[in-house]
Amino acid sequence: MKQPLTRILIPLAFFAGLLLAWHLLVAARIWSPVLLPDPAEVGRYLTSALPELASATWVTLKRLLIGYIAGIVLGLPVGLLCARFVSLRNSVGLLALGLQTLPSVCWVPLALLWFGQSEGAMLFVVVMGTVWSVILATENGVRSVPPIYARAARTMGSRGLHTWLKVILPGSLPFIVSGMKQGWAFAWRSLMAAEIYVTILTGFGLGHLLHYGRELNAMEQVLGVMLVIVAIGLAADKILFAPWERFLHRRWGTGR
Amino acid sequence: MSIAEELQIGPAAKLAVEGVSKTFPLRKEHVRALENVSLSVGEGEFVCLVGPSGCGKSTLLNIVAGLEIPDSGRVLADGRAIPGPGRDRMMMFQESALFPWLDVLGNVLFSLSLKPGLTDKERREVARFYLELVGLTRFQHASIHELSGGMKQRVALARALAPNPRVLLMDEPFAALDALTREQLYGDLQRIWEQRRKTILFVTHNVREAACLGDRVVLFAPSPGRITHEFRVDLPRPRDINSVALAEYATRITSALKGGERQEVAE
Repeated sequence: MKQPLTRILIPLAFFAGLLLAWHLLVAARIWSPVLLPDPAEVGRYLTSALPELASATWVTLKRLLIGYIAGIVLGLPVGLLCARFVSLRNSVGLLALGLQTLPSVCWVPLALLWFGQSEGAMLFVVVMGTVWSVILATENGVRSVPPIYARAARTMGSRGLHTWLKVILPGSLPFIVSGMKQGWAFAWRSLMAAEIYVTILTGFGLGHLLHYGRELNAMEQVLGVMLVIVAIGLAADKILFAPWERFLHRRWGTGR
Repeated sequence: MSIAEELQIGPAAKLAVEGVSKTFPLRKEHVRALENVSLSVGEGEFVCLVGPSGCGKSTLLNIVAGLEIPDSGRVLADGRAIPGPGRDRMMMFQESALFPWLDVLGNVLFSLSLKPGLTDKERREVARFYLELVGLTRFQHASIHELSGGMKQRVALARALAPNPRVLLMDEPFAALDALTREQLYGDLQRIWEQRRKTILFVTHNVREAACLGDRVVLFAPSPGRITHEFRVDLPRPRDINSVALAEYATRITSALKGGERQEVAE
């Protein structure tokens, strides 16, 4: 904010340079323009297919957000309970640890068999991508909160639920935020894989557009959709997580 | 409740520790942290508990705070058994135990947040009053990690004072600070104690610190944890940690402390 030069001008110049290099590469005619279209081609696709892209983005984001929020709503309390009860940690916690190592794309075949080619399958994949990371991060975060915080809070009259909501939960925030970020990344990747992998008739997502770009041999569509996917990832990072991370940096004095 | 009422200097509490014993299981042995310890503390008295590590002095503080339950014996505040932790007995720890997710003001507000009978606006006013008392008004919106060790303990003191407790329990609050900062805080603590009239139980292993702060210095010996000596320090306040008179007290206390250990070996 203080330095517009480094925050705006440098990224602008960098990406302009990247586009220019791309254009020059195309102009040099090393590859067929079918394999590497000019950036202007991709730009034309992006503008002409705008309605289609917007609806696909909406379909994809809806699946992602609903599944992601469900994953957090499920994962956060389970993580808290795992931290609180040793028996849960040694059962559900262990299950979470095991399933978290499973690449979330591996849920796609199972989801299709269970739910068919439906929204349910997509949501299931996203939830599975999110929930285990959130459980593990929450459990780990809670257990890393110094016990003295809870003791101090007790002398101030805090008990039970109040201690959990006002001391333990905020105390484990650095872990929870990084767990949520990891869950987001897993969910986003597995949703894209699922959308490319199967056609869901209830809605065409970005993955489908990417897939049809390949079927039609339309490289400008493939690249265009990829750009949109990257832009969404960047925006999610900046909008969803950056404010939390700024807060953590400011309060805990980490980073920078 | 009005702010004036809230900030009123109430009577400090009398404390009575009666025959308190506490044993901790440690591997296969049992550590007798406290054995039949009795101690009475007058209204507004500043009592320092001194002894080597493992002598149970911190355990006693935790029991008075209500954070630990004694195996036998009881603790009375104004003649009534303490019902567990409570805002009438606030604790200060060696590590400040401030919450990093809150700013300085937020930390002081936390200890008021559960106190009934105040509006949020009144809570903020009360919190600001105590921040001013410890001289940190300027830093009310700072993050905890931005503070020096001494400032952190000042915030912790403000947080402990904010609910207007009648007893202040301090567990080696200055042990991790450098000498210069510590000396400043001795002055501040004496000033605040005289202004706000609290009963203070102060745990330390620093004899000079105890002689500087306490009306009375109580010596502990380990295994089993028990009280061996008591000293009354009759020096005018505010006391200077570097004064000659204080050094004489400290020397007497130290020799008693060593004597206690020799006795222990002979047993």
